Amino acid sequence: MEPAARLDNNHELTLKEFPYIIRWRDDRCKRCGRCTAVCPMFSIAPTVVAKRVVSSSGANPTPQVERQVVTVIKQSTNIANYCTGCATCTLVCPNEAIEPELNPNNKFLINKNAGGGAYTRGGRRNDPLVSTLDRLKFTRISMLTDPALDAGRHEFRIRTYLGRILPAEDLPVKFVNGSGELDATAGKFIPPVREIYPVMIGSMSVGALSPTMWEGLAMGITYLNEVEGMPVVMCSGEGGMPLSLFKSRFVKYFIPQIASGYFGWDEMIRAIPHMVEDPCAIEIKYGQGAKPGDGGLLMAHKVLKLISEIRGVPQGVDLPSPPTHQTKYSIEEAVAKMIQSMSMAWGFRVPVYPKISGTRTAKAVLNNLVRNPFAAGLSIDGEDGGTGAAYNVSMDKMGHPIASNLRDCYLDLVKQGKQNELPLIAAGGVGKKGNLAANAAALIMLGASAVSIGKYIMQAAAGCLGDENNRCNVCNLGRCPRGITTQDPKLYRRLDPDKVAMRVVEVYKALDTELKKIFAPLGRSTELPIGMSDAISADDPAIAERLNISYVC
Amino acid sequence: MCRLSAITAKDYFSPVENILTLETMKEGHDGSGMGLILKDLGGEFESLKNVPVLSGICSNDGVAALDNYMKAAGFKAVHMWTPKIKPVRGITARDNYFARFYEYPKAAKELSQDEKEALLLKTRVALRKMGEADESIIVFSFYPDVITLKEVGDPLELCEFFGLENSPLKAKIIFAQGRQNTNYAINLYACHPFFIQGFGSMTNGENTAFVPIREFLSGRGFPGYIGYNSDSEVFTHILHYTVNGLHYPLNYYKDIITPLKPTEIEKRSDKEFAGHLKKSLRPLCIDGPNCVIGFTPDGTCFMVQDSKKLRPGVVGGVKGKISLVSEECGLNRAVPDRDASKDIFPMRYDMVIVPAGAEEVKVWNQLQGWTTTMN
Repeated sequence: MEPAARLDNNHELTLKEFPYIIRWRDDRCKRCGRCTAVCPMFSIAPTVVAKRVVSSSGANPTPQVERQVVTVIKQSTNIANYCTGCATCTLVCPNEAIEPELNPNNKFLINKNAGGGAYTRGGRRNDPLVSTLDRLKFTRISMLTDPALDAGRHEFRIRTYLGRILPAEDLPVKFVNGSGELDATAGKFIPPVREIYPVMIGSMSVGALSPTMWEGLAMGITYLNEVEGMPVVMCSGEGGMPLSLFKSRFVKYFIPQIASGYFGWDEMIRAIPHMVEDPCAIEIKYGQGAKPGDGGLLMAHKVLKLISEIRGVPQGVDLPSPPTHQTKYSIEEAVAKMIQSMSMAWGFRVPVYPKISGTRTAKAVLNNLVRNPFAAGLSIDGEDGGTGAAYNVSMDKMGHPIASNLRDCYLDLVKQGKQNELPLIAAGGVGKKGNLAANAAALIMLGASAVSIGKYIMQAAAGCLGDENNRCNVCNLGRCPRGITTQDPKLYRRLDPDKVAMRVVEVYKALDTELKKIFAPLGRSTELPIGMSDAISADDPAIAERLNISYVC
Repeated sequence: MCRLSAITAKDYFSPVENILTLETMKEGHDGSGMGLILKDLGGEFESLKNVPVLSGICSNDGVAALDNYMKAAGFKAVHMWTPKIKPVRGITARDNYFARFYEYPKAAKELSQDEKEALLLKTRVALRKMGEADESIIVFSFYPDVITLKEVGDPLELCEFFGLENSPLKAKIIFAQGRQNTNYAINLYACHPFFIQGFGSMTNGENTAFVPIREFLSGRGFPGYIGYNSDSEVFTHILHYTVNGLHYPLNYYKDIITPLKPTEIEKRSDKEFAGHLKKSLRPLCIDGPNCVIGFTPDGTCFMVQDSKKLRPGVVGGVKGKISLVSEECGLNRAVPDRDASKDIFPMRYDMVIVPAGAEEVKVWNQLQGWTTTMN
């Protein structure tokens, strides 16, 4: 007798297990094949089925029954070819015949471990709920006792400082006829400080991003600085940066990042003598919010010729960075040696700061930095940060939300009277629900000197399809349907870097207007309202208590 | 909006002049409190120039506690002034209003001026903390040649209440503020002018940057940077920090609270220092709307505006008597016989400075530097 397993489909998954189910309309489909050609996951394929077709024709129609073999679109039930819901099929369909539909009752995570491999992906923490930042509102509105400012007509200075700021007591100053002069004879080191726009583009590497995406961002940043007069800066991410840019005058708008893999730095160190400008700053990556405790990871299929040249590695190999800088044994050593080495490389003219993932130990790092005269700041990346590749469990379950982590660090600095000396940069989920200006302003009022964005700009400037319902999120596979996180020329040629640059500029101009519309009613225009915690309230008493702000209802 | 009336003169005058100036500027309710600071005292106090004066209000229990504390600290009372209180409807009299003159403790007589001032501050702060919970002791200032008087009510009625019209109380510099439009209940520590170690100031307007400024000042580790019952108290402490803490010339107060843009700083002869100052003292930048009138221990008076000039303020007078007030009609009342065409309305970049004796008026402009309009 034949085993039952061969007669039924018992060990197959049903489509009900999958996160997205393809809705295909036979009556609209003209069988052009575009959807199946474009699907990055090979989730859909053309296939043939035998059908009983009833048709009527002629002057006196009589139903005729006929068996036909017809072409249909079928969704795969192989877990490796799950539909990510990216909807590229919908995008290319000429007849609106196909679209993926979210299946909230899916059992995807239960099954996504075939072959013993844990689920890896790119993107973000899959939590579609409202974040703490979106629970905050601006409640100190200037009314009658003090006039609200005019966002359209008053002059606003939305700028911040990146770099360690000497306390006034330590400035080597002397007064000659009542006029202050810096006293060069005092032999005091005055750390470098940059004035920048308080919302910066965070670290996304050449490699994680496609050449067209990275180039588009870089062009947008340069345009904002050179034409719009907005000093927006961008971090390179791990993996070096094009040496042509590194050696150009435009490098002053960029923050090269050095991480535990040191990718690209052989080439960059050798190029330092040929630089014509100092970079804006140097970021030392110790961690990232999306996958705390994991190093960077660039999958082999993304390491093509350009990337191998920039990073100084062979083509076609996985590039995992260690979770920590391997040559350092203690926080003091790691922080002091790395910061001082990088400072020395540029003659102490460039601010050098570390980036860590949000963690309950952030205050310990902070206090080491406070005592290091060369530390230029601390960037903290919260759990809602994004990544090109990580284990799902790291992204979904590891990490610390940015709001309370930042607030704790800021209040710790306040306690020491050092809140203006070491700028805090907050990141991770800024603009998660689209409220970029409000989230950024809230973080500033909680104590951030600046904020970093990543996923927001990918979505706004290049139409990244990912979301917190695990839509798309296949940045790790190099099959990005928008051409944002791929090194495949067939895919990244879809993305026009000029259009990306234009969108970057549009995003920042709109952001600037919205920030003014927030600051003006609060009566603030001259300096960034860092730590203006009386201006914000939470709609949840527990959040209010934790962040030491007021509760409103 | 609060009324501000400061008068500085070469001759002694009565605080009634300031109060009548406040009355002239009054519009609507003005009963949230009046504060008076008299500096460079005349009359019966002229011979007590170097004797520290403790100004405050005590309940009867508080007086006993205060006496015990001062005695234990070694301060010996040598003179006392109390206003002759006249009951006025609507003003609730407290037990004891006083200005007590003390000799320094014997152990303190050899101390430097800075050390003596630190001792006075420490004593005032200790007394304040002793009586803060039950309001049994309220102390406003403890410093030589300075008397402070504060109470809740309409300024003119308070003038009657304190019997100032018939009082010999006179000084060469008097600051008065009529407080309006504040939140009830009123804490007298929230009443302007504020004072710390010879520096005083009063302000009108809200201070929208209050919390970051308060947190910055509180972090300086200076024992007098406490209180902040009013968002305007920080202006006095910034002044003290600028001149006493950092030893900067007075005009840099303006650069600290209203820093220039980088493109403007580039035009300054002290651009390098001004640039660093802006960064290092970024949390002290105010955003208005504020007009600040202040004085320093040497008797210099000044007026500054926020960088958008969102509040009124005018300085004018004759040689020997200059008034710094919030509105022109107040100036007409304070110094009617002046040439009004020479009145100065300080704008966003200006700091009007009147040295002691009121013989000279100078304007410091952040972009243009110094000009002297009267000498």
